[in-house]
Amino acid sequence: MARAELMDFDKALELFEPVIGLEVHVELNTTTKMFSSAPNPANSQFHGAEPNTLITPVCLGLPGSLPVVNGDAVKYSISLGLALGCEIAPSSRFARKNYFYPDLAKNYQISQYDEPIAFDGEVEVELENGRVFTVPIERAHMEEDAGKLTHVGGSTGRIQGAEYSLVDYNRAGVPLVEIVTRPIFGGEADTPALAKAYVATIRDIVLSLGISEARMERGNLRCDANVSLRPRGQEKLGTRTETKNVNSMRSVERAVRYEIQRQAAILAGGGTITQETRHWHEDTGATSAGRPKSDADDYRYFPEPDLLPVVPSKELVDELRAALPEPPAVRRRRLKSDWGFTDLEFQDVANSGLLIELEATVKAGATPAAARKWWTGEIARLANASDVDASDLVSPEHVAELAQLVDSGTLTDRLARQVLEGVIAGEGSPQQVVDARGLAVVSDDGALIAAIDEALASQPDVLAKIRDGKVQAAGAVIGAVMKAMQGKADAARVRELVLERAQA
Amino acid sequence: MSEITAEQVAHLANLARIALTDEEIEHLTTELGQIMHAVEQVSEVATPDVPPTSHPIPMQNVFRDDVVGTTVLTADEALAGAPESDDSRFKVSAILGEEQ
Repeated sequence: MARAELMDFDKALELFEPVIGLEVHVELNTTTKMFSSAPNPANSQFHGAEPNTLITPVCLGLPGSLPVVNGDAVKYSISLGLALGCEIAPSSRFARKNYFYPDLAKNYQISQYDEPIAFDGEVEVELENGRVFTVPIERAHMEEDAGKLTHVGGSTGRIQGAEYSLVDYNRAGVPLVEIVTRPIFGGEADTPALAKAYVATIRDIVLSLGISEARMERGNLRCDANVSLRPRGQEKLGTRTETKNVNSMRSVERAVRYEIQRQAAILAGGGTITQETRHWHEDTGATSAGRPKSDADDYRYFPEPDLLPVVPSKELVDELRAALPEPPAVRRRRLKSDWGFTDLEFQDVANSGLLIELEATVKAGATPAAARKWWTGEIARLANASDVDASDLVSPEHVAELAQLVDSGTLTDRLARQVLEGVIAGEGSPQQVVDARGLAVVSDDGALIAAIDEALASQPDVLAKIRDGKVQAAGAVIGAVMKAMQGKADAARVRELVLERAQA
Repeated sequence: MSEITAEQVAHLANLARIALTDEEIEHLTTELGQIMHAVEQVSEVATPDVPPTSHPIPMQNVFRDDVVGTTVLTADEALAGAPESDDSRFKVSAILGEEQ
């Protein structure tokens, strides 16, 4: 694939105004699928199932099978709509989106078209640089996910040149909510960062609602990014492309930035943008052309005759509204003030995606400062080194226990790091690791004094210097004592005792 | 209502991934045209005070509890009707085009 010509990002911004629109698909974690009582693979209890074992006749569209709406999926969708500040439709219905591709066995996807369950919302999004945006939401509608195809044969493993495809329908019928923004203006140079922050905010919202596992690498959360450019001073929007297959927060930012640079180079060269679907390639950091975008007309949408309208009662909507968690932006402001962090300290935590962990750690008894120090320090370093999420390494409760062991003087920072390694290695709670490995600080002054006296006796020249008031000479003795204690002593306390004993 | 054209039929066939000969297209254009005319007669009786109906039975809110049902298939059962399968999955011709 030839790499497209790209214009320098700043130069592109000088000539053109970027406008984006984002579509985020959220897989709900209900126990069963949207229209069938089959187990839902987007729910953790059914992870790793064998192909084609999470399906019923409905998932395959077998003759005589009929869909029935999952009541909980509707409730989850309404909650999500409310959290996005949307109106909930007094009556909404399902529609068939007809297309012929084997990822769905029945040749249509059940979706919503003219009557989505939620519409007209807005979401407050805070960028990493502190800028706050209000992203307008056009609609959020319910639909079903499609099956997974594996293309076999062909040199590239991609679909071009494939000889045949294998289909696993486990994912067919997984409940999805598709959230569609209105065109987002004014992002300017922050546009790529805004796209990323928006997806991160949607992730925060669905996690706080508990309605999705929201793991992008598992496809629980997927983003399609529409990007268009218009020359400065022009009113009319430019032709857009829709980039799919953007499977991480970081990719969302990179893909939008790439499209801005690619389109700018084409437009500045007198070319035109083709309205098409493009595919993001994580490895090359580039997009490539996919199929030309179908017109909505080609999908021949029509009301789904097998399903009845969804008419949520006012009582249900009010009940779900009352149960909404605090919006992420409000929560961030509250936590920042509760914890007394500076802007920089708070952004450090928020940008590493550790707010939930930090909050739980503080709740479990650690000071905010200690919780921040551990999560953004040693734990982040270990997670980075082994390429896993910090939240998967250790529980907030264990971090809080570790911080308390340091506070109480049982552990020094150095010992605590060893204990942390033990906890991560699965040796138990911090206290259990301390006991098993014998890592607690020697707080028995008697044992320390014995070691100090011995060290002083073996280094008479140092003793003489200390007595002469050359206090810095004590370092050699402290080092010897720490070594004798196998590091399990508080260096500050040892220093105090050395100076005391030297005068004795 | 305008007549259905041979181009529209060819476009539909393409969307549905059905290969049609010119004769078949011509034949279907006539047949689909007749069906359209038959359906069109409904609009003659429809009046502005009758809202479009998407479902004949005036019911709403029919929901299912979120509980795994008894009709979950084994992979063998699921694949029983498949013309071809491989590795517990349905085997289909490679289709030029991309995922929706």
